[in-house]
Amino acid sequence: MKMMKRRRFILSVIGLGFAAAGLQLKVRSGKTSETGDSGEAVDDVYIFFVDVTRCIGCGRCVVACKIENDVPLEPIYFRTWVERYRWFENGRIEIDSPNGGFNGFKDDGGEGVEKSYFVPKLCNQCEEPPCVQVCPVGATFSTEDGVVLVDEKYCIGCRYCIQACPYGARYIYPPSGQVRSRVGTADKCTWCYHRITRGLEPACVKACPTGARKFVFPDSEDARKIRLIKGLRTLKPEMGTKPKVFYRGIDSEVR
Amino acid sequence: MIGFEGFIYPNEAEIYWSVLIAVYPYITGLVAGAFIVASLLRVFNVAKLKPVYRLSLLTALAFLLAAPLPLIAHLGHPERAFEIMLTPHLSSAMAGFGFIYAWYLLVVLLIEIYYDYRRDIVSWTSKFTGVRGFVYRILTLGDTDVSEGAAKKDENIVFWITVIGLPSAAILHGYVGFIFGSVKANPWWSSPLTPIIFLFSAMVSGIALVMVVYVFGSKLRGVKPNVACVDTLASYLLYSYILDLSLEFVELSHIFYAAEEGIGLISTLITDKLFLSFVVIQMIVGALLPLLLIVLTKTFKPKSQVGLFTLASILTLIGVFAMRWNVVIGGQLLSKTLHGFSSYSMPIFGAESLSLALGILALPFVILYILVRLLPPWEVEAGG
Repeated sequence: MKMMKRRRFILSVIGLGFAAAGLQLKVRSGKTSETGDSGEAVDDVYIFFVDVTRCIGCGRCVVACKIENDVPLEPIYFRTWVERYRWFENGRIEIDSPNGGFNGFKDDGGEGVEKSYFVPKLCNQCEEPPCVQVCPVGATFSTEDGVVLVDEKYCIGCRYCIQACPYGARYIYPPSGQVRSRVGTADKCTWCYHRITRGLEPACVKACPTGARKFVFPDSEDARKIRLIKGLRTLKPEMGTKPKVFYRGIDSEVR
Repeated sequence: MIGFEGFIYPNEAEIYWSVLIAVYPYITGLVAGAFIVASLLRVFNVAKLKPVYRLSLLTALAFLLAAPLPLIAHLGHPERAFEIMLTPHLSSAMAGFGFIYAWYLLVVLLIEIYYDYRRDIVSWTSKFTGVRGFVYRILTLGDTDVSEGAAKKDENIVFWITVIGLPSAAILHGYVGFIFGSVKANPWWSSPLTPIIFLFSAMVSGIALVMVVYVFGSKLRGVKPNVACVDTLASYLLYSYILDLSLEFVELSHIFYAAEEGIGLISTLITDKLFLSFVVIQMIVGALLPLLLIVLTKTFKPKSQVGLFTLASILTLIGVFAMRWNVVIGGQLLSKTLHGFSSYSMPIFGAESLSLALGILALPFVILYILVRLLPPWEVEAGG
């Protein structure tokens, strides 16, 4: 009888353990996406897809973003920007982003250019964001749907997140900006969180005339389609940040 | 307005951690180093350092009191500074600041200084009247027992606080190194060796500072500095500098031998962008020259040895500041695109300027002056 009791106790403990582990798994999968390095995405978080082969470098996305999000107009503050990569005959590579691509790109002859393309950049909304890890007060955080935001009423402006971001996606909102409450705090791309949570696309995606930028809502037809695209890449995968912006058509020089 | 070279991310045009952030690890390093000098006597029984024991404690306290200033002056929202202690985000290395600082100030330095001075303070309460006597009466914290037994107890407490203080000093400065060393996005910072290099350079700078303060303090009082004491300080400066440089050598050899992505940029950083501050000031003027000076002075023992050791210490202090500069500013010159460099020009006046940095660096000396007047560290010499 005593034996039985003990065995039943042990079994129930083991059972409870499994139940707890299961529960934890469920909670975890609800909170974090399972975006692998391969670009495979599970449907519970937003993802962003950039088709570099379609980008014409017009810079409409940069303009739209600055207007939509009150990003200061000076050429050193961007939530999104466009870079131009050019390879020349001798193997030399030239990269530029004049005014972040705000005014588009001048066709300056391009003599000897063998290959070139434009790369739109924005916050990668990393699954393992170093900026969130280093924030000393927790003012920057990941939302349940996988977007990294900054609480401007809480940020102390220490700039550690700016140092920690491998992608240069953050800046300190200057006094010249329109939004008073943001001055002196870290600012960054939110994938237009105020829009996407209402089912609208981010401003940059809306403004893109060629469909180079694609915003992918969880559980949508696009989410499944994008999973099937070959050769998707993320930026600096070696950082272990697990970015959620996926690029088609970039070389390893694009960082 | 915007100076850069090659390709940098547009948001990198601004250098986000200014000269003030170079001043911060410099000051905490001096605190940790000065405390280590004090512990050499207490824990390791280096009796020759007795003349500078109390002075090094007061020096550590003076600099520790000034340590948060460059940080607070740098914040975008200084009025929210206390959030770092009230609502720390524990995965951040920086969130440790409040706790480590408070621990070091309240548990280590103040307690050690209190118990070390307590009996003297009690004797001063009867020696001085008026405001000064009143201040001493407060500083006794009500404990006026000066019996042999009480003195023994005080000694015991000071010993154990120093034992706790040593790893605390290591943590105080090691964690500052970790703030930089853990930034994987920056190839010039990201290294497990960074905290250790910071720690040894802290020892180096702290020893040099104590020597400079002691020699100049003696001059100001018209007293001859104790030659054996200065000589011993110079020895420890030499040993710790050799260790520090060996670590830096290991770090650089690793960078160049492993030659990972971005190695070309790091080479340019050293040979061009930081040539003056790294090669000339940090390495030659701030390290090799003082080492040579100490070795030669020790070998030939000229009459002016105290002066030469002090000169070596001043050069060392310049060299270690250059090291902080090269880490903090140098790391930000290197673009995370690994395709270019940002540039930094330090304003002379205004926020985050040279004059503010110099002001913050001068403040600890003012505090130290007051502390030395209030708690004279010199009596020890006469006493033994």
